[in-house]
Amino acid sequence: MKERMTVGRFLVHVFVILFAFLCLYPFLMVVGGSLMTNSEVLQSGFKVFPDEVTFASYKMLLGNGNLILNGYKITVFVTVVGTFFSIAVNGMMGYVLSRRRLAGRRILNLYVLLTMLFNGGMVPWYMICTRYLHLKDSIWALIVPSVVSAWYIFLIRNYFTGVPEEMYESAKLDGAGEFKIFSKIYLPLGKPVIATVVLFAALGFWNDWWLGLMLIDDSAKQPLQMLLRTMMSNIQFLQTMSQQSSEVQALLASVPGDGVKMAMVIVTTGPIILLYPFIQKYFMKGIMVGAVKG
Amino acid sequence: MKEKKTKPWEDKGNPIQKCLVAVKKNWQLYLMAVPAVVLLFCFAYMPMGGLVIAFKKYNFKKGIWGSDWMDPWYKNFEILFRNNAAALNAIRNTIFLNFLFIVCGTIFALALALAFNEVTNKYIKKLTQSFSFLPYFISTVVVGIFVTGLLGYENGVINRIITSFGGEKIAFYMEAKWWPMILVIVNIWKGAGYSAVVYLATISGFDNAYYEAAKIDGAARWQQTWYISLPLLRPTVITLTLLSVGKIMNADFGLFYNVTGDMPTLYATADVLDTYIYRALRQLGDVGISSATGFFQSVVGFVLVVFSNRIARKYEEDSALF
Repeated sequence: MKERMTVGRFLVHVFVILFAFLCLYPFLMVVGGSLMTNSEVLQSGFKVFPDEVTFASYKMLLGNGNLILNGYKITVFVTVVGTFFSIAVNGMMGYVLSRRRLAGRRILNLYVLLTMLFNGGMVPWYMICTRYLHLKDSIWALIVPSVVSAWYIFLIRNYFTGVPEEMYESAKLDGAGEFKIFSKIYLPLGKPVIATVVLFAALGFWNDWWLGLMLIDDSAKQPLQMLLRTMMSNIQFLQTMSQQSSEVQALLASVPGDGVKMAMVIVTTGPIILLYPFIQKYFMKGIMVGAVKG
Repeated sequence: MKEKKTKPWEDKGNPIQKCLVAVKKNWQLYLMAVPAVVLLFCFAYMPMGGLVIAFKKYNFKKGIWGSDWMDPWYKNFEILFRNNAAALNAIRNTIFLNFLFIVCGTIFALALALAFNEVTNKYIKKLTQSFSFLPYFISTVVVGIFVTGLLGYENGVINRIITSFGGEKIAFYMEAKWWPMILVIVNIWKGAGYSAVVYLATISGFDNAYYEAAKIDGAARWQQTWYISLPLLRPTVITLTLLSVGKIMNADFGLFYNVTGDMPTLYATADVLDTYIYRALRQLGDVGISSATGFFQSVVGFVLVVFSNRIARKYEEDSALF
């Protein structure tokens, strides 16, 4: 398969490498920015390789310790518990829908499918969550609304449908109950699809700020992404004002600067980036599993 | 899939009896379905029913179902469509920007996938794919911070580049005209790697015989791409595009809310239905307008999804949602 390097091939390589670099660049900028001194940022903007490396931003950020640490605890809790429930709830439903001879299977299928086609939107959803389900300012508000997903259910169902029926029959003959067949046979057999759902669900919970924005006002219960967002909007507001008034500019000098914001990005996104090299191939596989019917 | 065996409960008289037999036989399965059914009911079906609030005068004490009806019942919609420039602006922006996203995003992702396919060096291929896929993993909050780092007035990288060439700084967060372009670029940056992997997966499934035959006939690489890969990709592209057209009324709230920083200066071009509804609900507390806009979005969205799926199914049986 050796091919000659033609002009076209060369251009294709340039295009691919350039895009890959542009995808990576903001990450490098943030790492560089988080290690710069405030004066260097003001003087020459963000650099990937700062002249002078300092950990002042990190110190300042972690000096505010409790809030960040607390956010971490919440996000880790939400990610672990949420992912577990996602697998349990969607896995079981996927299993049920894959049982071909189940009476009422079509109705259940339709019940799930309809949620993909039509939704009530933000306003009624918010009212239901706050007024009827009393989720406001509860840690469960960060988990429960995102657990069930029609997309995961169908992904799992499709995979389980491909499992040979004999597996089920023989387990049934041995006297195993449905839950046992699901957890002891189908879950292990469905490893590729379960891994996909675990990864997507965990990523979703880790990156979620929407539930925090809508349902959590208490800053002690905010997840990391929401803390980051609050921080960003405060600084950004001041920055846009800064062209106009020197008063605000003086104020800007006293609030945590851009460096701290960048350090915060590293602290919140770090775990994902560190895990990325190990999990990305599963993600790519997962997309291919999902791409067949997504 | 479609086996037509006689089911054990089919010959047993009336429907209630049938039900009982089925429940007795499959109670474990039904029990396993309960958590998902309940959660879907709470977070999908109850909000659907809650859409009636668009026709009501919301009163927190009385709740969604207890509140009084509007008089006349369409009053919220009258306010929405008669004299609400902001809502109409949001509707227009949603459709226009999503349309841009679909067109630019699809073309770019296709080009990227085909380009990846041409890279023969294993390491370059792996590394470039990994990097292009990376932006998919971060939250839109982080994307928002990346964008401020690039576009900020004082320290932003772009403005530093402009000034180093002797240009005049641009206050991106004050000028709405730049934002359709910025959002399209950000959207491509975040999603193209992911979509390219989807297309690559499709390409790798193509029968190699086509390419072998073309090679024997003396077709160059670009001819193989143009006359074999692209036509074979057509059904996938059409379906994916149709499915996104079905979602054209739903904007990516995270993208618009976090990347623009919810700056009022940018509403003219970057305010979409989702951000508008959010603001009306949470910041202005105007349930009437926000619920009427939401109702409009849900219903039009539903019609579009159903239609686009119908059409998609014509192209490729398997790819539509239903």
